[in-house]
Amino acid sequence: MTASDNPILTIENLTVDFLSEGDPVRAVDNVSFNVCPGETLVILGESGSGKSVSTGTVMGLIDCPPGDIVAGSLIFDGTDLSRLDENARRMLNGRRIAMIFQDPLAHLNPVYTVGRQIAEVFEAHGNGDVGSVRDTVVKLLERVGIPDAAKRVDYYPHQFSGGQRQRVMIAMAIALKPEILIADEPTTALDVSVQSQILELLSDLQRETGMALIMITHDLEVAAAMADRIIVMNGGKVVESGKAQDVFTNPVHAYTRRLMSAAPFGGACPERPRTKVRGEALLQVQHLSKHYVLGAGPFSPKKEFRAVDDVSFTVHQGETVGIVGESGSGKSSIARMLLRLDQPTTGQAFFAGEDILTLEGRALNSFRRRVQMVFQDPFGSMNPRMNVYSIISEPWVIHRDILPRPRWDDRVVELLELVGLKAEHAHRHPHQFSGGQRQRVAIARALASEPDLIVCDEAVSALDVSIQMQIIGLLADLRDRLGLSYIFITHDLPIVREFADRILVMQQGKVVEESDTEMLFNSPKHAYTKSLLDSVPRPKWHGNSLTRHL
Amino acid sequence: MLGYISRRAYHSIISLIGLLTLVFFLTRLTGDPSALYLPLDSSLEARAAFARLNGLDQPIHVQFLQYLQNLLSLDFGQSLRQNRSAIEVALEAFPATLKLAVVAMTLATALAILVGALAAARPRSLFDRIAGLVSLAGASMPDFWIAIVGILVFAVGFGLLPTSGTGTGLHWIMPIAVLMLRPFGLLVQVVRGTMISALASPYIKTAQAKGMKRRKIIFGHALRNSLLPVITVAGDLATGLINGAVVVETIFGWPGIGKLMIDSIIQRDFAVVQSTILVTAVAIFIVNIAIDVLYVTLDPRIRY
Repeated sequence: MTASDNPILTIENLTVDFLSEGDPVRAVDNVSFNVCPGETLVILGESGSGKSVSTGTVMGLIDCPPGDIVAGSLIFDGTDLSRLDENARRMLNGRRIAMIFQDPLAHLNPVYTVGRQIAEVFEAHGNGDVGSVRDTVVKLLERVGIPDAAKRVDYYPHQFSGGQRQRVMIAMAIALKPEILIADEPTTALDVSVQSQILELLSDLQRETGMALIMITHDLEVAAAMADRIIVMNGGKVVESGKAQDVFTNPVHAYTRRLMSAAPFGGACPERPRTKVRGEALLQVQHLSKHYVLGAGPFSPKKEFRAVDDVSFTVHQGETVGIVGESGSGKSSIARMLLRLDQPTTGQAFFAGEDILTLEGRALNSFRRRVQMVFQDPFGSMNPRMNVYSIISEPWVIHRDILPRPRWDDRVVELLELVGLKAEHAHRHPHQFSGGQRQRVAIARALASEPDLIVCDEAVSALDVSIQMQIIGLLADLRDRLGLSYIFITHDLPIVREFADRILVMQQGKVVEESDTEMLFNSPKHAYTKSLLDSVPRPKWHGNSLTRHL
Repeated sequence: MLGYISRRAYHSIISLIGLLTLVFFLTRLTGDPSALYLPLDSSLEARAAFARLNGLDQPIHVQFLQYLQNLLSLDFGQSLRQNRSAIEVALEAFPATLKLAVVAMTLATALAILVGALAAARPRSLFDRIAGLVSLAGASMPDFWIAIVGILVFAVGFGLLPTSGTGTGLHWIMPIAVLMLRPFGLLVQVVRGTMISALASPYIKTAQAKGMKRRKIIFGHALRNSLLPVITVAGDLATGLINGAVVVETIFGWPGIGKLMIDSIIQRDFAVVQSTILVTAVAIFIVNIAIDVLYVTLDPRIRY
């Protein structure tokens, strides 16, 4: 692609405040950047770094108030966007600058067909109405890779898959061939294989139309795969900017260095000495299955959906087993059945020799304290009205024999310090913590009942990269100190490479491959495992292809 | 959808039978009709003859079985007061109520959607504050009081409107205004609330990014999504009106089913009371089905 040197958008000294309860909070602080036609600029940063706010001002999507552009200019093709009135702004949005968002399901109106929603772009800019542009809309849908577009143009958003919804959003954005496309975390909610397809589509469209692409992401791999230039934001400020390869290989700012050390192709990660000697078998799962009956009506034939299909595996004492798969592959269903939150259709699971799937009453209760779970969403999995002390001590209320009441205070402090929090945190409520701190509280809560096995269901997926590494580090440290075993469920391959001893790869409810971690990464056997590994985006400066092809 | 409607109809018939049973026994608790329909000094024989004629001399369970048997042949009993088929009396009064309810609900809903949407578009603006005040007052002021004050001011004071009765278009104004007040007030609050959350939805951002006009975003995207809860509440209020706007019909002398029901209860005209209940129950069933159908047409994700 050829990038011209005359910026189409230049942002200078942009400063944005948010007014909350009197005190203005500075969300964007003196940020400057520009983007040229045909170029891809990646804005890299963790949550709260101000990256979405700075591009939101370009589209006028920041509500003022509470938002307030304190200083700076946004020059697009000679006009300052911050000085436009509503109508002039409207004429640019969708026609010359377009945007796609992180969560396409929420960003599409559920009650209108996708065809109509795409047609609205033409209508809003006086290029025909919903009826007359139908053929154009079908062509657009075909271009972004929606199969059977002529029929599915009349479908509603909920009738598409996650990846297809993002394709619909892209079709909507490129409808009038905008000069700038802003993509705000466009692949964050998608599976890796779908992610690479969407990134490929964006690159292709950019080559065809020569538009400038501003991509916001927190994902280092995505950033490396797409960027010509990168700016790194932290705490509302630009801390680093430059050519993509330079930023990745020679980061200058301390924050960028820390961030890049988490990158799988960045600095070398110290290899963890793996426990070669396996302890005794702690958990043996045999032929576990979960079937759901679909569409069982008096007149429709029963259909069976096999969420988990004949899965067997063993977890040894002190071992970490990773379960990897895309959404819907059945990995969380396994976790829920092992914790007896769901009833399996068939199968057995022996925990320390006891069949846990048939336990009831008191026996079930005493098993529960030995296996604990850390959930994906640290915001939703804690009762907002309980303070940290009550959250951590709750297992002791249920299991009276763990700890006598007088020792609770000391033990809560001990546990908090064990997970890297402070004693004074005990009397705070969940909303007063960051995501990473909350996940630490969740781990402390899991440890409170002194379990042998902890099941982590996407436990770090909702966290920023640098926090992810901290939490993984904490889990590894606890494993070595307390002799814990883990089942670590994730869709994120690089993370398990750091952490797991053995990996199960799941697809459509079945285990398609099981092997030691290094072996799996170095010589994957099953085609699906290979395709998963191939989907990890590779840096743009390494060549033309977006993803690795073996 | 048709299967769903027939299933709902089947369930409704069961609850209708329960309702009619309850009403049958409750009306008979009000006392002996012969005490009202015969002169005070009638002889015991005359009373016995009246009871025999109307089947009131039988034990109550026999009367009930007889009633059920008659229902099966669509015989709903005779009005004691008017000496003709009770269901005829009820069906004759129903259109007056229906007209009142339809006009009042349509006006109240349309107005509430407009006011609520505009208030939500500019929260905390002057318009929003006034709309909030008016709707709260409308929702909370008792209708009998408003009706009486209305008569006092517009009929007695200025002489602009008739005090009661039917006939001219002017007769409609006060009953409808009073009936509208509560649904309007409640609906404005519902529309405003659901619209504010709809306007904060991500798809509104998409619409802005497309460059759509604000008016189209508010009425095309946000309103359509906030209509479901509005319809639920509006449907509930509509059944309340169909059920006989008893107070308003009584105050304004409107010959509707609510007034008929009250009169029949007072006069111990059992068959008519039962028939009015039957008519309104069927009407409420139809309204509920209509709401379900509206749900499906408004939200493609809902399927029965």
